[in-house]
Amino acid sequence: MRPVLYVLTFLAIIALGFWAYRENYATQAALKHVEGLQRQIADLREGLAVQRAEWAYLNRPDRLRELATINFDRLGLLPMLPGQFGTPGQIAYPTPDLPQIDMPVDIQGTQPQPESDL
Amino acid sequence: MRTPLRPLARILHARQQGENPDTIERENLRLRHEAMRDKSRARAEFRLLVLGLAFFAAFTTIGARMGLLAATEPVEPRASAPGAEIIAQRADIVDRNGRILATNITTHALYANPKVMVDPKGVAQKLAEIFPDMKAKDLERRFTDGRSFLWVRKVLSPEQMQRVHEIGDPGLLFGPREMRLYPNGTLAAHVLGGTSFGAEGVHSAEVIGTAGIEKALDARLRDPAQGDKPLTLSLDLSVQATIEEVLYAGMTMLNAKGAAAILMDVRTGEIVALTSLPTFDPNDRPNPLVDKNAEPGDSPLFNRAVQGVYELGSTFKIFAVAQALELGLVAPETLVDANAPMQWGKHRIKEFEGKNYGPLLSVTDVIAKSSNVGTAHIALMIGPLRQQAFLKSLGFFEATPVELIEAPGARPLIPRKWPEIVTITTSYGHGMSASPLHLAAAYAAIGNGGVMVKPTLLKREGPTTGVRVMSEKTAHEAVIMLRRVVTEGTASLGEVPGYEVAGKTGTADKPMRTGGYYKDKVVNTFASVFPASNPQYVLIVTLDEPIDTSGSEPRRTAGWTAVPVAAEIIRRVAPIMGLRPKLEPVATDAVTAASN
Repeated sequence: MRPVLYVLTFLAIIALGFWAYRENYATQAALKHVEGLQRQIADLREGLAVQRAEWAYLNRPDRLRELATINFDRLGLLPMLPGQFGTPGQIAYPTPDLPQIDMPVDIQGTQPQPESDL
Repeated sequence: MRTPLRPLARILHARQQGENPDTIERENLRLRHEAMRDKSRARAEFRLLVLGLAFFAAFTTIGARMGLLAATEPVEPRASAPGAEIIAQRADIVDRNGRILATNITTHALYANPKVMVDPKGVAQKLAEIFPDMKAKDLERRFTDGRSFLWVRKVLSPEQMQRVHEIGDPGLLFGPREMRLYPNGTLAAHVLGGTSFGAEGVHSAEVIGTAGIEKALDARLRDPAQGDKPLTLSLDLSVQATIEEVLYAGMTMLNAKGAAAILMDVRTGEIVALTSLPTFDPNDRPNPLVDKNAEPGDSPLFNRAVQGVYELGSTFKIFAVAQALELGLVAPETLVDANAPMQWGKHRIKEFEGKNYGPLLSVTDVIAKSSNVGTAHIALMIGPLRQQAFLKSLGFFEATPVELIEAPGARPLIPRKWPEIVTITTSYGHGMSASPLHLAAAYAAIGNGGVMVKPTLLKREGPTTGVRVMSEKTAHEAVIMLRRVVTEGTASLGEVPGYEVAGKTGTADKPMRTGGYYKDKVVNTFASVFPASNPQYVLIVTLDEPIDTSGSEPRRTAGWTAVPVAAEIIRRVAPIMGLRPKLEPVATDAVTAASN
């Protein structure tokens, strides 16, 4: 009985060692992967910061003002002035859509008849 | 096989011989004991050996591990992957709507290791071609004088970096850098200030603020815990740009040397726009002036709105009047002595161009016509002590608390002694100097119903509380008087239909360095609040040495210079801020009126 126990214990130790070895390498691989992802995120963030800086640079008020002046023919943009405020009364009511026509409409006799027929 | 102790054959034999058979037994017993002893010794020796080996192995392992630990670079044991890396070394600065005013971009610095340089002469020549401000001879000398490290360039553009790569010399090396970028160029330059590199290494360099809010809030901007949270200012990019555009046009048309404008929310003290002209580009900050004779105002770095401590002229009159109203000394319709010129000791108080608005003038008209003599009499009613206390409560005795590094240095110039003649001159803004920002804060108190607010460049959430410096009624009456200045007084060009501008003009002669005043150099100021029925914003416009040459003779009063500029600013800016123009009440239709 005892030797069987010894053999089983030995096998268990080997199995546990193998498991620990695999876990160790799996963890290291996962850490490396995460590190790579972090680096990728950092690169993307850096790219994003550059894009944002460029967006701000391209949208700087000086440039927009010049573009509005150059493209005045097409866009007709003017500085905002007090006169451009409207009142709710100046807005037209929306024209109502035609109601759905589901009843037949009798149009007989609505056209003027030629006199000779009378 | 076990040997018996008393082998029968030998016992019998011994008995026959007459020997004692017990000796045989003892002999055998001895032999057996010897054998047992030898066996156990061998076993013990073996155990000792194993134990010794085990100890040896253990100590060897520990020793080897210690040696390894001592010899290698220390590394933290890792149980988890690191969090997101800090990419923004310095927090961004954004305006109140989140538009970027300052941000970082990564770039590279160029350094050289001449020891491994293949062709120092050729490299020097090629570098000089890429960077025109460098001389090939200087570079060559520095590459060949035996040093093994030198900085060539602090920041490179990607194009320049590519061209340096194309030189292909192993002695030219790049270090990553974070660079501060102000995408809007000169916009709000005096608020932002600028940055420079602090401690520099090959792998990184610290970016530190050198002026403006970048320096004043350097610790907040560099705090790694808040690196990803942008600093939100109270400025509005569109409003700031519009004011700079209009003010620059006004400054050019009026031949002024400089100009400044401040737009502030009267209730919160948030500065929506702050500009000073001439300006500069914070991306390429110019060096301060070194000429001893140069006035600080000659440098574009000088922030006129905060650092420019001027005599603010008649804009001060409203404070004397407001205090007199508050103390119950006068009412808006009370008639005061305004008979010019007024003699006070050896001093003679005159009106503008020697006019005389007197003999009597109502308090409202003192403000509307800007009467020095009338104000002087009101100030004398108040007295020096109460006047000082009131001006102190309006913040005129302290530097402004705004978040700019230049602010604490710009203390108002207060007369050391305060005799009655100082009371008189201070009441109309002479003899005492303060910055336009001081004036904005004090006018904000009038505009918001009498509460002093702290001017700030940071966006505030919700209303703020402050010290009450005058009653709501007084503030309201003061605003009505300021409105009269625009409708029928000295600032008639300041009328903007729909926005009910209320304000006060101020023209002050510039003091000479040697003492006395220039005859033909003035600082013109227009301090206004709008709309008068429910003041929202205060606008201060200051022009330095303007001349209006549109008329037959040059005009230098604020009514002809600062006021039209301020009016144009309000006309352009108020709609951007979402202020609806208030329609003037239309005259009732006569027919409808008759039918009712």
